Formats: sequence, C-alpha cells, structure tokens
Amino acid sequence: MSDLGFDPSLKKKKKSKKTDESGESPAPESEGTPAVEDELFSGLKKKKKKSTKAFEMSPTPGEEDLSSSFDDLTLKKKKKKKSTKTTADDFEQQLEEAGIEEVPAEATEEDGNVSSGGFTYEELLSRFFTILKTNNPELAGDRSGPKFRIPPPICQREGSKKTLFANVQEIATVLQRNPEHLIQFLFAELGTSGSIDGEKRLVLKGKFQPKQMESVLRRYIIEYVTCKTCKSMNTELKRESANRLHFLSCKACGSTRSVSSIKTGFQAQIGRRKKM
Amino acid sequence: MSTIQNLTAFDPFADTGDSEAQPTNYIHIRIQQRNGRKTLTTVQGVPNEYDLKKILKVLKKDFACNGNIVKDDELGEVIQLQGDQRVKVSEFLTTQLQLPKKNIKIHGF
Ligand SMILES: [Zn+2]
Repeated sequence: MSDLGFDPSLKKKKKSKKTDESGESPAPESEGTPAVEDELFSGLKKKKKKSTKAFEMSPTPGEEDLSSSFDDLTLKKKKKKKSTKTTADDFEQQLEEAGIEEVPAEATEEDGNVSSGGFTYEELLSRFFTILKTNNPELAGDRSGPKFRIPPPICQREGSKKTLFANVQEIATVLQRNPEHLIQFLFAELGTSGSIDGEKRLVLKGKFQPKQMESVLRRYIIEYVTCKTCKSMNTELKRESANRLHFLSCKACGSTRSVSSIKTGFQAQIGRRKKM
Repeated sequence: MSTIQNLTAFDPFADTGDSEAQPTNYIHIRIQQRNGRKTLTTVQGVPNEYDLKKILKVLKKDFACNGNIVKDDELGEVIQLQGDQRVKVSEFLTTQLQLPKKNIKIHGF
C-alpha cells in the first residue's frame, strides 16, 4: 500500500524533472533512496526552476536594464548627440536621394521620426524623466522626495495629563528650523506649556493625538517653512539683529519674506485662581 | 492676452494676503485644555465697536455653554467659552457680524 501511495508522487517528480531539465538524469538514484534524496532534489529542482526563470526573464527587461545603466549623464549625452548626428546625416543622404524620387521620401521621413536607435521621441522623453526622477527627484519637480519627507509626529501618553512628543528634534532638523522655535510655536498654538526631557523629547501638558499634532505642524510649515513664492521647503529662518525681525529666505529661489514672531496671545487662567 | 501661459496660472508677485500692515485687526480664536476632557475657547481681538456682552449672551445661548468676559491689560477684553467652540464662533463672527474670514485666525490642533 505504501509503495502504491508513494509511486505516483515519484512519477510526477520525474515528469516535471524531465520537462524542466532534460540534461540531468537523477531518476534511478531517487528510486533507491526515496525520502531524503527526493527532498534534496526537490530543492535542487526549485533552484533550477528559479535560475531558468531568471534566464527566461532576463532578455525582456534587458532594455530597461540598459536604460537604467545609463546613469552616467555624459554617456547619455554622447549617445544622444551621436544619434542625432547620425539621423541628421542619414536625413541629408535621404534628402539627396529624395531629390530624384518622391515615393521613398515619405518612408525615409517616417524612419527619421522613429529611429535614432529604435526609440521614438516619446520613449526617449519618458526614459529621460524616469532616470531624472530616480537620480535627482528635486529637478523633476518632485518635492515629496526623501530630503523633505517629514516623519509623522510620534505622540505617546505620559501619565494621564501629559503627552510625549518624541521626534520634535528630528522634525525640526528636517525642516531646518531651530527646535526651540518649533517648540515655542507648539506651546503658543496648543495653549499649553511643557519641557524637554533628557532624551530631547518634548513633554507637553495636556493630551494630544498625533493627528492633532500633524495639523499644528502643517500650520507651522505653512507659516514658517514654505516659501510663498516657489512653494519650496528648502528655506532658512534668519533673525535680523538690526530690527529683531525674523526673515525667511528661500534657498531654492532666493526670495525673502518677513515672518511674524510667535505670539502666545491671551492665556486664560486655568486651575487655581489668581490670588486677589 | 499674455502669450506666456505659465504666468497666468500663478503670479509670484501677487499679494499673499498676509501682510503685516494691520496686525491689530486679527481675531484670534484659541483653545486650551483644562483638566480631563474639558476645554476652553478664547476669542481675542473682537473690534471695539461691538458690544461684547451682547455677543457673549447670544453665544452662550446658541452654543449652550457658559462663558464670561475677561479683561486683559494688553489684549483688551477677551471672551471665554466653555468647550471647543472655535468653529462655531468663527462661523458666528463671519455670518452674524460680517467680519472678514481672513481676519479670523483659529489656533490649536
Ligand atoms: Zn522660493
């Protein structure tokens, strides 16, 4: 019975093996030592499969690989120049030819549009932009690149009345702002006070959800980080010592604007009343 | 008709609308946390021509909350309301008192 139960699986394996790799012939050995060998082979087979798959796959994305390997801008430029030159030469030649005949002229024109190494203009353009996006996304107009990605605020509860804002420091450095300034804004905006603990985390009085923190941070970024002219976040906050005003200067476009100082405004008396 | 289409989309030299020319005009609506889930809304900078007492009376009735007026030496009279009434107050100021929305600043989370 056991033999009968065992046999079909073996056969199956044999079959699959035969289809996969015709070169090897492990069939007789597997008959002699069933369990361990089979496992081994099955592993081997898997590997083989993968490798063959890779081989099969490799030709198709070869073009992509090639295009991505053109990271070197100079190389690409050269290529482009060459191709344009060749097309120009070709075109001239074809024009000369076209002087005699009319019918092939159309065909050559079409060739000129499509050729330059088998790429159409659209393809070249999209390839250029994908390469630009992968290498320097800032130039491609992508502001949400890794450089200006603001980490989400991490808020933990500290006891029942306090909130621990763990990554103020990190966020302030990403925004290129003095953490003191950001903390001052948070205090004013949330109508609370707090302190910085030993690990440079901010302890705020009151309960605040990360979502609420995010909205406050967003307002801070609009007020004190983004350049209103070009919407870049690559800015610097300087304090002019002459007039004690804060100025926001953009590193991307160079524009400067004055920024209002942080005002706490009216703070209501909470808890114990003032002594009369 | 400008031939450069990009310029029509966004004018970098346009007024951003937040000039500091009249800084005293702003009405600040703030929130403060009290003990527990309780909060407090403060309205600072309502123009003097309005009768704060009457406004407070209406607000208290409309929002079904208590409130009072606090006199601050520098910031003038401030309305205090119990609970988070920020959105409702700003709505009231814009619709009932016809105050421009850009002069109202809602603070807090
Ligand atoms: Zn700028």
